[in-house]
Amino acid sequence: MKHVNKKPGKQEPRWQTKTSGGNFVDKFHAYRGHHAQALFSSLGRLVASRFSSAMTIAVLAIAISLAAGFYILVVNLQQLAGNLEASNQISLFLKDDISEARTNKFANSIRQNPDVQEVKLITKEQALAEFQSYSGFGEAIKALEKNPLPVVLQVQPKNSLENEQALQALLEDFSRSAEVDFAQMDMQWVKRLKSIMEVARRGVFLLSLLLGAGVLFITANTIRLELYNRRDEVVIAKLVGATNGFIHRPFLYSGFWIGFFSGVAAWFIVTVIMLILRQPVETLSRLYDSAFHVLFLGFTETLALLLISSVLGVVGSWIVLHFQLQQLKPE
Amino acid sequence: MLRNVSFHLERGEMAFLTGHSGAGKSTLLKLIALIERCSRGQVLLDGESLNLAKDRQVPYIRRKVGLIFQDYKLLQDRTVFDNVALPLLIAGYGHHEVSRRVRASLDKVGLLGKEKKYPAVLSGGEQQRVGIARAVVNKPPMILADEPTGNLDPELSAEIMHLFEQFQQVGVTILIASHDISLIAQMNHRILKLDHGQLVGELNDETR
Repeated sequence: MKHVNKKPGKQEPRWQTKTSGGNFVDKFHAYRGHHAQALFSSLGRLVASRFSSAMTIAVLAIAISLAAGFYILVVNLQQLAGNLEASNQISLFLKDDISEARTNKFANSIRQNPDVQEVKLITKEQALAEFQSYSGFGEAIKALEKNPLPVVLQVQPKNSLENEQALQALLEDFSRSAEVDFAQMDMQWVKRLKSIMEVARRGVFLLSLLLGAGVLFITANTIRLELYNRRDEVVIAKLVGATNGFIHRPFLYSGFWIGFFSGVAAWFIVTVIMLILRQPVETLSRLYDSAFHVLFLGFTETLALLLISSVLGVVGSWIVLHFQLQQLKPE
Repeated sequence: MLRNVSFHLERGEMAFLTGHSGAGKSTLLKLIALIERCSRGQVLLDGESLNLAKDRQVPYIRRKVGLIFQDYKLLQDRTVFDNVALPLLIAGYGHHEVSRRVRASLDKVGLLGKEKKYPAVLSGGEQQRVGIARAVVNKPPMILADEPTGNLDPELSAEIMHLFEQFQQVGVTILIASHDISLIAQMNHRILKLDHGQLVGELNDETR
């Protein structure tokens, strides 16, 4: 050991950067054993401070379940919207005083329109019969002296007419005809619903990103507290030659456990909510003669949920270790 | 702040570093343990310049140097065994090797049989022995001790110093910072004296 006033030499020092002692197999067992020890001791610490752990995990679980809950909501709505076929069909409600001959003539004139694929005529009588069979107002309608329903022409534009503006022009064209009381695009609301679904899907994605970031920071803060509580241990470990990897390991495992348990708790929250909602939703759906069934988180989705929450936990603790461990120097 | 400090310790030599508070004893030890880096000059350990050591090499260099502190720096929530085993776990030793070496190390400091106790129930002298056992368990070629007897009464202090002499006899290089002049003067070893960061005097067998 020397301490001299001399410029340092240029050659690279030959410090051995491998652990000393023991053969390779022994080392491997020790390494594996150390990982297992870090895995279970971090779990043990989580259990030892069960009150604060439970609170942290509860907060994380609520954040994760919000994201997962909105996701499953959108999945269910998409299933609902998926049953509906968006079409370009236009209904023309004709004026009441139009004769049958004039109605037929008008229908034929529309058939000649190059943009129209097909025209279907629904007479007052057909409309009444249909209305009676669907609405359950049969008796009440029978009581009416006069059929209040108009003649309807169902116009199916050519499929090539996908352009929204062209469709709109056609619709306006029809509504200007003298015979037409009013014209309506039947399934436009389905399109609107689908657009709303797209907005909702993106909204859920963005919300999930935000909540994920929240999870990351909450985990980071929890690990920062743990690091602070165990700073003596960290400093001593550094003094006796611990590498950063050795010091990181138990904290990374803590992050993993926190994330994993939050994911499990979030899964339970979402599943319980879906179980509570299932019965009323399916009753409602039966009233609408719909074959709608509540979808739960599937196997892949559950796996993804657990994986994402665990990864967020590990990344959250890594961030803290990366930025805070530098400050924890001996002395 | 250290200036004009130049000395060489032979392999297996034991030396004391003395001087008033703030003379730079701790700083000098920190330079060797790479807790601090020197801005000028250089520190050679085992023929290698510590100035060139990269951050990721620091842990491996520290494994060659056993550190002993005035406040022992033991983990209060771990048993004596676990405290002593820490450097071995860090170095990646297997279970049996750890157990064997920890017991051997505790045997050397006279604490065999207290492995399962917690530091808090031990006396100051015993806690420092645990600290020493931890420092030597990895068989480092060098031991640095910063005021190892600072919290101990004279009788215990002398015992601790004799313990260090035993390690020197098996070839370990030892540097002990201490301001306990009366204690170190009784012992027949080289004494380096620091004053305001400068090496002002050396006492050895010839000049004594």
